[in-house]
Amino acid sequence: MKYQSQAVALPYFIAAIALFAGQVIFGLILGTQYVIGDFLFPEIPFNIARMVHTNLLIVWLLFGFMGAAYYLVPEEAETELYSPLLAWVLFWVFLTAGVLTILGYLFVDYNTLATMTGNNILATMGREFLEQPLLTKIGIVVVALAFLFNISMTLLRGRKTVINLVLLIGLWGLAIFFLFAFYNPANLVIDKFFWWWVVHLWVEGVWELIMAALLAFVLIKVTGVDREVIEKWLYVIITLALVTGIIGTGHHYFWIGTPEYWQWWGSFFSALEPIPFFAMTVFAFNMVNRRRREHPNKAAVLWALGTGVMAFLGAGVWGFLHTLAPVNYYTHGTQITAAHGHLAFYGAYVLVVITIISYAMPILRGRAANSPKAQTLEMWSFWIMTISMVFITLFLTAAGILQIWLQRVSDTPMSFMMAQDQVALFYWMRVWAGVAFFTGLVTYVTSFFVKGESKPLIA
Amino acid sequence: MSGTFTKAMARNVFYGGSVFFFLLFLALTFDTMKALPKTDNRQNLTPGAVAGKHIWETRNCIGCHTLLGEGAYYAPELGNVYTRRGPDFIKAWIQAMPTNAPGRRQMPQFHLTDKELDDLVEFFRYSAGINTQKWPPNIEG
Repeated sequence: MKYQSQAVALPYFIAAIALFAGQVIFGLILGTQYVIGDFLFPEIPFNIARMVHTNLLIVWLLFGFMGAAYYLVPEEAETELYSPLLAWVLFWVFLTAGVLTILGYLFVDYNTLATMTGNNILATMGREFLEQPLLTKIGIVVVALAFLFNISMTLLRGRKTVINLVLLIGLWGLAIFFLFAFYNPANLVIDKFFWWWVVHLWVEGVWELIMAALLAFVLIKVTGVDREVIEKWLYVIITLALVTGIIGTGHHYFWIGTPEYWQWWGSFFSALEPIPFFAMTVFAFNMVNRRRREHPNKAAVLWALGTGVMAFLGAGVWGFLHTLAPVNYYTHGTQITAAHGHLAFYGAYVLVVITIISYAMPILRGRAANSPKAQTLEMWSFWIMTISMVFITLFLTAAGILQIWLQRVSDTPMSFMMAQDQVALFYWMRVWAGVAFFTGLVTYVTSFFVKGESKPLIA
Repeated sequence: MSGTFTKAMARNVFYGGSVFFFLLFLALTFDTMKALPKTDNRQNLTPGAVAGKHIWETRNCIGCHTLLGEGAYYAPELGNVYTRRGPDFIKAWIQAMPTNAPGRRQMPQFHLTDKELDDLVEFFRYSAGINTQKWPPNIEG
């Protein structure tokens, strides 16, 4: 690596991968509970396992984003990190807070946890994805602000590249929109309305800036294409993302007690949301085709291309499938949503974090790229995880279509649980696809331990 | 994308476009907040319903159920459960949990008091009265 302080990214990446493994294990538990309803009950009820599954996802992606920023910002700014010590302190604070929160979910009754952690002073818990105790939420804000201070100070005294600026805007946006997590009015409609300011404006807003910046950074490194070209693409992609994604929030305002006009605004703008993802795919393939060097890290190139394609499929195509109001009227709150959620998060955010890890980790470990043997295994893990996730998505989509038909379209609609019994076959197939995904993850982790002759790092 | 479309132009389009659409979003939000009293059933947001929402949240109900279609998809939609099942059934159901039927999905026992059960039902009564543009398509949710 070019700057000593970039090394602080390493523990962040390791923590991210470890928590990712935890997330997938809880995913397997949840998948099993879909077909064997009393599995692990009452020790780990579904609602607890699900909260662990989704919260681990958020936390490990945040670890990935922070690690990426610590690696990328100094290199782009051409200066050492403002305070490596602060980055180390924040690592332990965030990891401790994250692990304690997960242990709290698992070993303390949720209502007791709420009482213990000040939820009666300011009630913020018990809303999807924002289940964290008040203390954890405050911790997230403190860590985020200290992290942003560190990164911003680094940027201020160094070169201000477009990649750095876009990444910083994305990260600041992430912190600012999280503040809506503290707003929980008794009025359910207003509660839901602003809940989406965290959830939607994160994943279909500012996170896309982070994602595009990380992708652009890796593409510059592995292709050697002129920075001017890549930075222009970057601006175009993030413009498309925000122009479509901000008003696109409206696709969540169809059926929650908000005015009818959101069906028009939401349908129109969110129907355009696949465009930035399509642009990202074209961008990634274009840059790799126009490459001016053969980077020894083939695995990183594969992850980068995979990010473009899978984000387009998961966020773009599977999002479009159910985003138009007349369609969403039937699909809202079914397994179709679950299918989209899985492929979108995997394709966009899981893959982009693994892309930057794949590129940076060998360098952090003192080599330009891993040995061909290790890379082959890593590329196998890409294919196993990606194909498994595609199958998870297809099975959930099939389950969703059937569920909608039986429960919502039929002349003699079934009750929810009767319909669930009818689609159990697809839930079984989903579990097996999940097991396959887990083997892909094991393969991925194993690839870090494969020895072999690797390209030395030439500074 | 070369030639006349420069990086500076791309940058300006980004800042201009993002600010414009964010302001438009704020304007729509402002209008929505003004229009909400007509649809959000706030006249039925009684102290009991407010207390019921707190119970809903502190038992992490959203981790299995959907509410107006949002949440987990493991257990039935509850936004309209008041209309579907009525108050007495809801209370009896919650008290009877878990069923312990082998292999079936299980709901935990939350040991709610009579007052808490009443509050929760009151919250469901309020949520069932929200104008959701005729969603869900039928009573089954």
